[in-house]
Amino acid sequence: MYLGFTAPPDYQQGRTVLIMFIHVPAATVAMSIYGVIAVCSLLSLVWRHPLSDTAARAAAPFGALFTVLGLITGSLWGKPMWGTYWVWDGRLTSFLLLLFVYLGYMALWNAIEDETRAARAAAILALVGAVNIPIIHFSVEWWSTLHQGESIVSGSTAPVFLAPLLIMMLGYTLLFATLWMIRIRTAILERRARNLMQAGGG
Amino acid sequence: MNFGMGVYGIYIWPAYGVSALALIGATVWTVAAWRRAKARLNALERK
Repeated sequence: MYLGFTAPPDYQQGRTVLIMFIHVPAATVAMSIYGVIAVCSLLSLVWRHPLSDTAARAAAPFGALFTVLGLITGSLWGKPMWGTYWVWDGRLTSFLLLLFVYLGYMALWNAIEDETRAARAAAILALVGAVNIPIIHFSVEWWSTLHQGESIVSGSTAPVFLAPLLIMMLGYTLLFATLWMIRIRTAILERRARNLMQAGGG
Repeated sequence: MNFGMGVYGIYIWPAYGVSALALIGATVWTVAAWRRAKARLNALERK
């Protein structure tokens, strides 16, 4: 944050470049979380490991939250730079779709009472929805879009902006990892409490 | 640190405000849920 607020204004974006330091990490972590859910779902379907279901389910609310943050901060950047909060182009639309996939995934978990069946259905949905991740990533290359192309890996981001951006990305990732672990632990405690209640006839 | 945002302040500050609120809210919600689950399990185990 300190590096971001001491960075000079960008020659094109001016001070709105500050929004990039929270928008890019939110969007990147939102997509990464979906990758985590997809891997956990695959593990669940192939090896039927119960912890992978718990881990996937625990990650989803955070994925949805980071997606919402990516959308809000992106549109707050878009208004002064593009002249509009929203445009139905490939990147923005596929990213909005990611939010709907997250919401659908969480709704499916809650809609089916039998946990084993819910886990299986949610895992299949997660794997189908994973198709959207490369679509989001490559949308700026495949279609004509207002959204700028990839600039971190290609090395076209100036170091004065790259350092705060990478540190913020690391911070967002660590925050997610910490909250995810606590959420998994919570789910395990809740399961143990349910088992105790069932064993006690309550 | 330069907090002068000029005309862009109406976009930058809400972006940071929403992000801070959401991330702090998520942290509080997650820790509170963990504490509740822990307390409930402890109570059940004591019975």
